[in-house]
Amino acid sequence: MTETGPDATFRDGLKRGEINLQKCRSCGQSIFFPRALCPHCHGTDLEWQPISGRGEVYTTTAVRRKPERGGDYNVCMIELAEGARMMSRVDGIAPEQVTIGLAVDLFVGEIDGRAAVLCKPVEG
Amino acid sequence: MVHELRGKTAIVGLGIGGLGEAPGRTSYEIMTESALAALKDAGLGLGDVDGLFCAMMEDSMSALMAAEYLGIRPRHVDSTMTGGSSFVHYLTTAAMALDAGLCDVALICYGSNQRTAAGKLVTASRIPPYEEPYQPRYPISAYAMAAARHMHEYGTTREQLADVAVAARAWAQPNPEAFERGDLTREDVLASRMVSDPLSVRDCCLVTDGGGALVLVRADRAGDFPNAPVHLLGMATDSTHRQISQMPDFTVTAARESGKRAFDMAGVSPADIDVLELYDAFTINTILFLEDLGFCKKGEGGAFVEGGRIAPGGALPVNTYGGGLSCTHPGMLGIFTVIEAARQIRGDAPGIQLDGVELALAHGNGGVLSSQVTAILGAASTV
Repeated sequence: MTETGPDATFRDGLKRGEINLQKCRSCGQSIFFPRALCPHCHGTDLEWQPISGRGEVYTTTAVRRKPERGGDYNVCMIELAEGARMMSRVDGIAPEQVTIGLAVDLFVGEIDGRAAVLCKPVEG
Repeated sequence: MVHELRGKTAIVGLGIGGLGEAPGRTSYEIMTESALAALKDAGLGLGDVDGLFCAMMEDSMSALMAAEYLGIRPRHVDSTMTGGSSFVHYLTTAAMALDAGLCDVALICYGSNQRTAAGKLVTASRIPPYEEPYQPRYPISAYAMAAARHMHEYGTTREQLADVAVAARAWAQPNPEAFERGDLTREDVLASRMVSDPLSVRDCCLVTDGGGALVLVRADRAGDFPNAPVHLLGMATDSTHRQISQMPDFTVTAARESGKRAFDMAGVSPADIDVLELYDAFTINTILFLEDLGFCKKGEGGAFVEGGRIAPGGALPVNTYGGGLSCTHPGMLGIFTVIEAARQIRGDAPGIQLDGVELALAHGNGGVLSSQVTAILGAASTV
């Protein structure tokens, strides 16, 4: 049996509702997007770990769109508690109210029928 | 030790074509008009060209398409695609090829009809798979997120971003080649339609048609042409990422490295530069590149551009033709940064010609702040 590559492994996890993150056993850094080597130290000894689910907004933009085409929406970069960053969207608040430094929880949601990592502000 | 490529090659011809709107014409027709204009400027013909450097928005084998179209069979071709910076990068590869004797006359050329044919930015590249689901508006949302981070870390304001657009317009107004020449104030920029916060329409480059071309030869024969040669003193390329989500620090570009190496090769420093032509796809670009190229400290770019410092009459002339924000932006701007830098040195800029320009810096940006390429050009007195 052929071993599934990192890209497919991540996407298969998403379909099951899991967000898994690669970590380099050589230098200890976490890695996103999923890949065949560590971009920090070039090591190839990588392991998968379930994501902590915590992060904060590193930067953000509200993309303006006409209401009849769905209205404004958020696009942002999340810095994960593990250190890696990923693009995502913060749901649950107005797109322009997403601010840098906002603490968020990650979850597996859906965009256009496909599983995707989304965020919501940490409650309380 | 002087770098072996310093001063070895020179621009002896330059040309433009189809700037603004060129309805009913293809990209290759516009490219050809530019190439013929540059060759005429150099007193040469297509039969003299044996090195061809070309990247087009619609084709990955652009140099082959261009050679076929022009009816030439060059000894050396290069279609390296680093986005809009490609044409500044070709100064390096053309200098290498000329210096190594792989070719004797290098033609760098570009053309696009994207304003009249598409009405929007045309790009052959796909949105990266780990970004695509979130629908960033490409490329503006990438630059918007860099601007937002710069504002957060350094207190840069929308007013300061607006000042970049206002300065570009002031340079464009007397330039007959510029597409947008009406009055533009800070208030106009702030009141314009928001596209991807914090960038509004007037923070964005134009979408125009247009083409440009350059002819280069080895310096030892650069004096044998009708126009004064513009010498290549220092060139360097660097890159930090391809997709914006992989940019290590959204407030620091690879221009820090490309600039340092270009200055080292040229043997000059920022204080020596008479005029800067920076790739201003968005207003934040100019601020980032002024910082990263060493014209002000990191984080001080916003304050630096206030008060008309980079506008006509200001202390530091930047984007003297109006740039991508007000002159032209046919998909990729890189070649126009070099053309304006060379014209300022030659003394035949179409808009405001500065006095006594000996050293000019052209800076190309490609992708989403991904590729950064710096070139330092000089008059004969600087070699």
